[in-house]
Amino acid sequence: MSTAFLYALVGMGLFSLGLYALIVHTHLLRKILALNVMGSGVFLVLVALAKRTGEIQPDPVPHAMVITGIVVAVSATALALTLTLKLNEETGRAELPDEQRESH
Amino acid sequence: MGAMFTTIPWASALILLPLAGGMICFLWPRMVNALGLITVFATALSVIGLGWQIINDGVYHHPIGGWGAPLGIDLYADGLSLLMLSMTALVGICISIYSTAYFKREHTTRFWPLWLFLLGALNALFLSADIFNVYVTFELMGLAAVALVALAGGRDALGGAMRYLLAALLGSLAYLLGVALLYHGFGTVDIALLSQRVEPSPVLWATLGLMSAGLLLKTALFPLHFWLPPAHASAPAPVSALLSALVVKASFYILLRLWLEIFEPVVDDKSVASLLGLLGAAAVIWGSVQALRQTRLKLLIAYSTVAQIGYLFLAFPLAAAAGVTAWSAAVYLAVSHALAKAAMFLAAGNLIHFGGHDRIADLDRVVQRLPLTAGAFALAGVSIMGLPPSGGFIGKWLMLEAALTQERWDLVAVMILGGLLAGAYIFKVLGYAFTQADITHESKTVPASMEWAALLLAMGAILLGFLAVPVLSLVGIGDPFGVSEVRP
Repeated sequence: MSTAFLYALVGMGLFSLGLYALIVHTHLLRKILALNVMGSGVFLVLVALAKRTGEIQPDPVPHAMVITGIVVAVSATALALTLTLKLNEETGRAELPDEQRESH
Repeated sequence: MGAMFTTIPWASALILLPLAGGMICFLWPRMVNALGLITVFATALSVIGLGWQIINDGVYHHPIGGWGAPLGIDLYADGLSLLMLSMTALVGICISIYSTAYFKREHTTRFWPLWLFLLGALNALFLSADIFNVYVTFELMGLAAVALVALAGGRDALGGAMRYLLAALLGSLAYLLGVALLYHGFGTVDIALLSQRVEPSPVLWATLGLMSAGLLLKTALFPLHFWLPPAHASAPAPVSALLSALVVKASFYILLRLWLEIFEPVVDDKSVASLLGLLGAAAVIWGSVQALRQTRLKLLIAYSTVAQIGYLFLAFPLAAAAGVTAWSAAVYLAVSHALAKAAMFLAAGNLIHFGGHDRIADLDRVVQRLPLTAGAFALAGVSIMGLPPSGGFIGKWLMLEAALTQERWDLVAVMILGGLLAGAYIFKVLGYAFTQADITHESKTVPASMEWAALLLAMGAILLGFLAVPVLSLVGIGDPFGVSEVRP
């Protein structure tokens, strides 16, 4: 088993772990962290697969994708944290409110 | 003039104009309404310019900065992209006119930049030629859309926005993992190159699973629709219209593209298409029944979107033997739904502005008091139900034809039942709109531009019923459905 393959497997593991945490946890901070773990998993897969050709120089394209992905992840996390803060101000809890109520 | 018209890179303008416009809106917050409208109209003109080029010269292809695939970013537009861009421009113009009157002063400065970013992301998505660029546009679109939902403020809107954000990010990550695997397996992210290189392999199956799951979540296909009703119902009316009309269509468009170009030719197994069709059928029934059960108008319209998305997926199992008819039907339904659903949400916004609530049972004689809005809702309803003459009718007729020729009576039954249920929930609203409610309430006047914007969109949905031949011949440019390809 090559090192790159091991890294890719760890990436897949992080993705699954994050998915599990995203589903089971109710606190929004944990959900946001879970999404970030999932994102790191995907990035790890991309970086690991850049070595797939077996040459000494890794393929730079997946690295470029990871950099773009990190920028996206940072902006998404910022938006998610802002929304969490606003929700906390509004409801006093950092959790998703129940489905829409009947009356306003 | 003709020469100049054809040499301008319209596709780049389609992306740059809204992005630049959005940033300019931050600089001059006092003039956002005018700046926003100018940008939206200029973008629409660029769609016309691009359409001119495509009709004259065929498929449009533009390597940005001259780099070209596989390293550079390519823009690509065929008939299908052009139809989606035109739909975005048309719905965008009407919603923009509506928004100038709808939002209060302090909200306009937030709405316009976000909406223009969303417009730029949508245009970029419809012009994308590689799967990684699609991921970036998805995120740009998703973040703008989530922020737009949160504009309304308050518990419901913030909760809806948060739920939407989590679902959108999860969908994007699944999609991105699929991109990583496809790149690993076949060494490119360019859709055209991928379609030449792909062959059946475990990597392809894993990719199909990940990408479909991500895109279905974003398109809100049953049972992954849980985030859609709270987000679409709690957003401000023009935002609901944008989300239901355009944003869910974007992920459907990508799914359709990937399916046609990459997966369908190599996936021999019919079970994937059957599963998508089954989920579509379940969405039609479940969404319609849920819509019928709602007591709030905006939730009813949002569940109707869940049902109408289901129709689009009925094309997958039908495409095996009647490819062109089924795909044309799905695309036609997507466009007419965009017009009709935007009209419905705008009409609902008028009713909320008028009466201060959206309880269906308390719609107090709005037919007499807001005839244009009630007319817009009814005309849009005609298209949603699939009655002639309307765009929805043409789409459903083509889909029925595809199902009848293959003797898929189960899908025929679903389509007819879905139509009847749609009739039931639309007449439920119209029934209360005609009668006097128990509680009468103070009413506010609705600006004429808000009423006319809704009516124009609804009339567009009806008019689409007369344009089947030109629209379908336009979609055929560049052969997006693979007509010339000989199928076994």
